[in-house]
Amino acid sequence: MNKLLKKNNIGWLFVLISIVGISLFYFYPMIDAFLLSFQSGMGANLEYTGLNNWLRLFDDPTFISALTNTFTYLIVQVPVMIILALVFSVMLNDPTLKFRGFFRTAIFLPAVTSLVAYSVIFKYMFSGNGIVNQFLINLSIISEPINFLTDSFWARIVIILAITWRWTGYNMIFYLSALQNIDHSIYEAARIDGASSFQQFTKITVPMLKPIILFTTITSTIGTLQLFDEVVNITGGGPGNATITISQYIYNLSFEYTPNFGYAATVSYVIVILVVILSAIQFKVAGDKE
Amino acid sequence: MKKFKRILSYTFLSIATIISIYPFFWMVVSSTNASVDVTRGRQLPGTHLIENLTNLFDQVNIVTALTNSAIIAVLSTFLTLLIASLAGYGFEMYRSRGKDIAFNILLLSMMIPFAAIMVPLYRLFGRISHTAPLIGLDTLAAAFLPTITTAFFIFFFRQNTKMFPKDLIEAGRIDGLTELGIFFRIYMPTMKTTYAAAAIIAFMNSWNNFLWPLVVLQSPGKQTIPLLISNLGSSYSPDYGMIMSAITIATLPTALVFFFMQKHFVAGMMGSVKG
Repeated sequence: MNKLLKKNNIGWLFVLISIVGISLFYFYPMIDAFLLSFQSGMGANLEYTGLNNWLRLFDDPTFISALTNTFTYLIVQVPVMIILALVFSVMLNDPTLKFRGFFRTAIFLPAVTSLVAYSVIFKYMFSGNGIVNQFLINLSIISEPINFLTDSFWARIVIILAITWRWTGYNMIFYLSALQNIDHSIYEAARIDGASSFQQFTKITVPMLKPIILFTTITSTIGTLQLFDEVVNITGGGPGNATITISQYIYNLSFEYTPNFGYAATVSYVIVILVVILSAIQFKVAGDKE
Repeated sequence: MKKFKRILSYTFLSIATIISIYPFFWMVVSSTNASVDVTRGRQLPGTHLIENLTNLFDQVNIVTALTNSAIIAVLSTFLTLLIASLAGYGFEMYRSRGKDIAFNILLLSMMIPFAAIMVPLYRLFGRISHTAPLIGLDTLAAAFLPTITTAFFIFFFRQNTKMFPKDLIEAGRIDGLTELGIFFRIYMPTMKTTYAAAAIIAFMNSWNNFLWPLVVLQSPGKQTIPLLISNLGSSYSPDYGMIMSAITIATLPTALVFFFMQKHFVAGMMGSVKG
């Protein structure tokens, strides 16, 4: 008994640093942010102002833009990316396809770049006299360059294209490895029963991959809610605040404008609430009991 | 019909491949061209590589940035792996009700978006700056300290520890090794591939991290590679050739890691969904 107790204590020593670290660098800041969200003032001169920060959210046009933009990215980009990744993975899972390894590596490659590096490359590619405009003009698809980065609509499109470029291959790898676990005989049986490729996809592949699709949807959602590097480096949040995200707004409130940590903390709690709500909805929709 | 579908697959995958690879191609080609040629849309390798690199090393503090990024990435990878593997091993091998509860609470931190804790973290490091200037604001230590304890890696090591043969621990005890000795002498060498996979992900995360270093590192001498590239990217009259050579240099380490350790790389990614 004594020996067992001692072993249990040694066990706690193994996990101690992690418990202290995560408490200090994750849980304590969450509590601090919560308390901050009820305070206001410049820099370190903060005083409690009740619910003022929370009420301010509702008529803060920049916050509303940031929220709308973030949701636009989420609603357009995440489904497009996941469907593309699924289609690629199904195509690449065909054992008779040639150059599978090459295609897989090539499509995955964007996932090894740093977010800042690829953002700057995209910014230059889509600039007024950039390579994309030159390409489209050469093909006579357009006659004048499109203001990709200075037009609100196109700026959002560029952000969405960029994120899709960076993450589709990454998600595809998850689906590919899950597909390898599906028994090929299921597809044989379906074919014998006369199921079309599309039916096989919707009736076998998607249901079998449901847990992994849920996983990638949740990680992509959390990622999109925190979108920062791309927007800062491609458009800087502009034109106006047309592409600004919640994370960038928090950064601006804290470090670009006159620092208002209290209100920044309030805005950051919105992200936390959204992460919790959206993850819960996704779990519910997927009907996963775990 | 079958043949048509096959052609469709190849066409689709080829287009995706071109789109995926083109930015890399353009990055490398542009790093060998003069800025004017890049603006003109030149798609062939040029002769300006040496000039671009000379400009880069003369005009920009790239050596400092590379050094800072390397120090941060190596130290944070080492510490992340050590701390997370100790915890993953501890949670799995010394299971108790209390520890299982603690583990589940730690996992909750994976749901916390970084943007939500950035301001309090900045305040925390601001407060300790006076008493502990070596780990306060604008130090390399501050840039990696909050990143070295992550629930993701603890979870990753715990999952992999499930496959670790328990007999080895008993054997170690019989041989008179201490509990910590078993961990360092038996567990660590046996779990080499797990460490390799985790190291790749931890290194990449650190090498590419942007937001927290942007918040915490203020002086130019502390700049990391992503901060430097972000600065170059926002300049008003960019020297495209030079900037592209900087981006190529920044991308090289992670690209090399990927090509030479593809298997471990994918294993590290997958670590998050097993179990």
